[in-house]
Amino acid sequence: MQAPLEDVTARDARERADQDSPLVLRGMTVAYDQKPAVFSVDATFRSGKISGIIGPNGAGKSTLLRAALGVVKPLAGRATFFGSTLARSRNRVAYVPQRASVDWDFPARVVDVVAQGLYRRLGLLGRFGREHDGMVMAALERVGMEDFASRQIGQLSGGQQQRVFLARALAQDARLYLLDEPFAGVDAATERAIIKVLKALRSEGGTVIAVHHDLSTVEEYFDEVLVMNVRKISAGPVETAFTPEALDIAYGGRLEPGMRVPQKEPA
Amino acid sequence: MNGADFVAFSLTPLLIGSLAALACALPGNFLVLRRQALVGDAISHVVLPGIVLAFLVTGTISTWPMLLGSAAAAIVAVVLIEAIRRFGRIEPGAAMGVVFTAMFAAGVLALEQSDTSGVHLDVEHALFGNLESLIWLDATGWESLLDPAALAGLPPELFRISLVTLAVVAGLAVFWRPLAISTFDEGFAKTLGLPVRAIGLGIVIASALAAVAAFDAVGSIIVIAMFICPPAAARLMTNRLGVQVAWSAVFALIAAVLGFTLAGSGPAWFGSENAVSAAGMVGTVAGVILACAALFGPARN
Amino acid sequence: MLRDALTFQLGYNATLVTVAAVLLGIAAGVTGTFLFLRKRALVSDAIAHATLPGIGLAFIMLTLSGHDGRYLPGLLAGSALTAMSGLFAVQWLSSRTRLSEDAAIGAVLSAYFSFGIVLLTVIQTMSTGQQAGLESFLLGSTAGMLLTDAILIALGGLLVVALVFLFRRPMSLVSFDPGFASTSGVRLDRIDLTMMGLVLAVTVVGLKVVGLILVVALLIIPPVTARFWTNRVELVVLLAGAFGGIAAWLGAGLSASAPDLPTGPLIVLVSFCIFAISMAFAPRRGLLSSLVRHRRFQTGVHIRQGLLAMAQGQPIYEPLTIRLLRGRGLARADGMPTREGTVRAARALRDEKRWEIARATPELELAAARYDGRTQIEDVLTADQIAEIDRRIGPPEAVQ
Repeated sequence: MQAPLEDVTARDARERADQDSPLVLRGMTVAYDQKPAVFSVDATFRSGKISGIIGPNGAGKSTLLRAALGVVKPLAGRATFFGSTLARSRNRVAYVPQRASVDWDFPARVVDVVAQGLYRRLGLLGRFGREHDGMVMAALERVGMEDFASRQIGQLSGGQQQRVFLARALAQDARLYLLDEPFAGVDAATERAIIKVLKALRSEGGTVIAVHHDLSTVEEYFDEVLVMNVRKISAGPVETAFTPEALDIAYGGRLEPGMRVPQKEPA
Repeated sequence: MNGADFVAFSLTPLLIGSLAALACALPGNFLVLRRQALVGDAISHVVLPGIVLAFLVTGTISTWPMLLGSAAAAIVAVVLIEAIRRFGRIEPGAAMGVVFTAMFAAGVLALEQSDTSGVHLDVEHALFGNLESLIWLDATGWESLLDPAALAGLPPELFRISLVTLAVVAGLAVFWRPLAISTFDEGFAKTLGLPVRAIGLGIVIASALAAVAAFDAVGSIIVIAMFICPPAAARLMTNRLGVQVAWSAVFALIAAVLGFTLAGSGPAWFGSENAVSAAGMVGTVAGVILACAALFGPARN
Repeated sequence: MLRDALTFQLGYNATLVTVAAVLLGIAAGVTGTFLFLRKRALVSDAIAHATLPGIGLAFIMLTLSGHDGRYLPGLLAGSALTAMSGLFAVQWLSSRTRLSEDAAIGAVLSAYFSFGIVLLTVIQTMSTGQQAGLESFLLGSTAGMLLTDAILIALGGLLVVALVFLFRRPMSLVSFDPGFASTSGVRLDRIDLTMMGLVLAVTVVGLKVVGLILVVALLIIPPVTARFWTNRVELVVLLAGAFGGIAAWLGAGLSASAPDLPTGPLIVLVSFCIFAISMAFAPRRGLLSSLVRHRRFQTGVHIRQGLLAMAQGQPIYEPLTIRLLRGRGLARADGMPTREGTVRAARALRDEKRWEIARATPELELAAARYDGRTQIEDVLTADQIAEIDRRIGPPEAVQ
């Protein structure tokens, strides 16, 4: 059985796109207790864009991100970073975990946490010099937290903690930034500060992928979306993928009245 | 007490006790921060079966088989706990309770069954050690510290605990950054490419080595006091990791020195000539330090 | 000899010790279940170790007041007092300071135990002219147990079982769903205190038989074992009691059948054997059946994913998927479908479409939640429901 010619060129085009993409997911399936949290998700995230992973609670958005990064083990599927494996791309990938995933009672100051982002640069015993101090402070300035540098992390508000996490990722000086619910439970000022940083990263040629659940801000924040609920429902530019139909499937027709559903673009 | 008596009867137990307290308290910081304080409990209980196993295999009580046997027992315990927790879906506390009691029971049974009359190994010694017996009989005074013949008579436990303490301190210094990062945020540590599993296991192995080296001095249960009380008290003193570890070392040393001194001379103040258990007193002092830190520590809340 | 021991033929005293141990085992298993379900199993370890200073203090006070220091009820009363203060110390440390409960448990158990050891050495040097023998409380000792002691232990076990029976409803409620329990008028703190009181009672009663280091095993292992067999709280309680009783009976019997076989460790080891067998072979929650189920699930998901990819003309990247498809004659080595593979792929795609519709249909939502990546929709919905779905999908040629 020979595949038709068009199919071959289509496949070539896709493979070329995959090579350029900072993150490609193929057949990602993750199961907890024999219940798929993510099922067979394919996605190609485009370079230089801010992409959102959108879906209801329990849709497997965070799980997808964590599986791509190898934080949880997928049942099937694989993730390709910059056309290569994660192990070879670590210097180009920064991760901002969910704020609630760590114990903020840990004995550390803000600068100590941000300095963790320099680990791959410093290694085990590399001396933490003045230039590293400068990098930490620069990252803190970008998120507007320079005045909190020596504050104990347990004393920060939720929004401030989120900014510290973002500053740690900025200190990594990566090309691809993966953020897990960066806007969850933060104040309006923090939300504005974070999106400003993300847009700046994009204009510097970086790629941002964020798990997000607030539908009202999707069009404002993101260039592209992956709408999912366990499996992929739609993907692509916001205008074509963030449709009422896709959301209807994702949320099973249970969108709350207060939520703004985007208007379908006139054809 | 004159100099000669002090060097012969107090110097080595003091050194051994202090080093043991230090070797346990340092990894203990990470156990406490990782909410694995009771892994220290489990490890200290499985040191006994490890040593009994080493004895049954080699027929002697010597350093290397003991260290290996205990480290192996600790790894077996941790792997079993993890397997029960993950595959049996049992909460970690209960999984620990199942594993360490069973292994401890096996150790006691094997010990009762085997003929250990020729060697210095019995259940009570294993449970609360005998710090007072680790004396330096060849010493005649401070000058013995320069006398090779007398130095050769130093208790072998001193070398063992020195070695382990040195290894623990070196490991802590070299792996400080990965330890701190993976303890604070394991997911992030994974994305940096850090071997978080190996780091976790490394902490367990370091703790097991510290526990077995401290075993002679303070026995297998008071070791838990050394794992947990100084780091827990230190946590209540500061909000910085480095400072916490330093405090824990200070507290460990205070507990060891004060405990040993009180055990030796405390009863005399009450008109009794007999000393009480030094190991017990060290653990008690560690507990009192924690109580003070819990009441007055600047970072207690 | 073992048969004699197990059938209570070894004389009056040995029999009574075994009966006492069995009652203790049942009481511990039953009580420990609530502790385990509340996820506080190791609080019992702090309680157990905190009994030691109490034993020492009681001995000293009994002796100083001119009584026999080894008077068991007195020693047990003393141990209960310090155990209680240890329990409160754990609760105070974990609620009033930033220390977590596990650190509090470890600190309390080791500090109390250390102080207990100090007291034991004080007692050794007291000139009472008699061997105190308090070390037997560390690992337990049934050898030479007095008849009155055995009766005391048996009665204590019975009392605990009776109390658990009395409080079983609120305790089940609290350990199953603390939030719901407190909104339905159960005083959470009181029930917790009752539970801890019972744990304390079991510990104190068990000191003489298994010792303070191993008594936690009686409280923890049987409930964990029982959990593998059932999901229902009442059944876990009953099974844990049964496992605890059986372990105590076999352990005490084995110990009586030969010299140099200490009772406490044997009971614990028998209990652990029952646990190991349960964990390996229990249906549903056991290791073997989970493993088989996981493999089957993984295979199912891979095949399903492969079929869907084939149906949509997408390449399959996973070597494992291709291998599984080939093994079932659904694909060739290059990942292209066989004739049967094509048929099955179309069917899988159709099934997937049906699920999709089912999920978007409010009245089928519950059934649709049973989707797991390999269950066929025919197994969940009726033929009528499927026909309705198919009507909405449209004619089959829509599926390529």
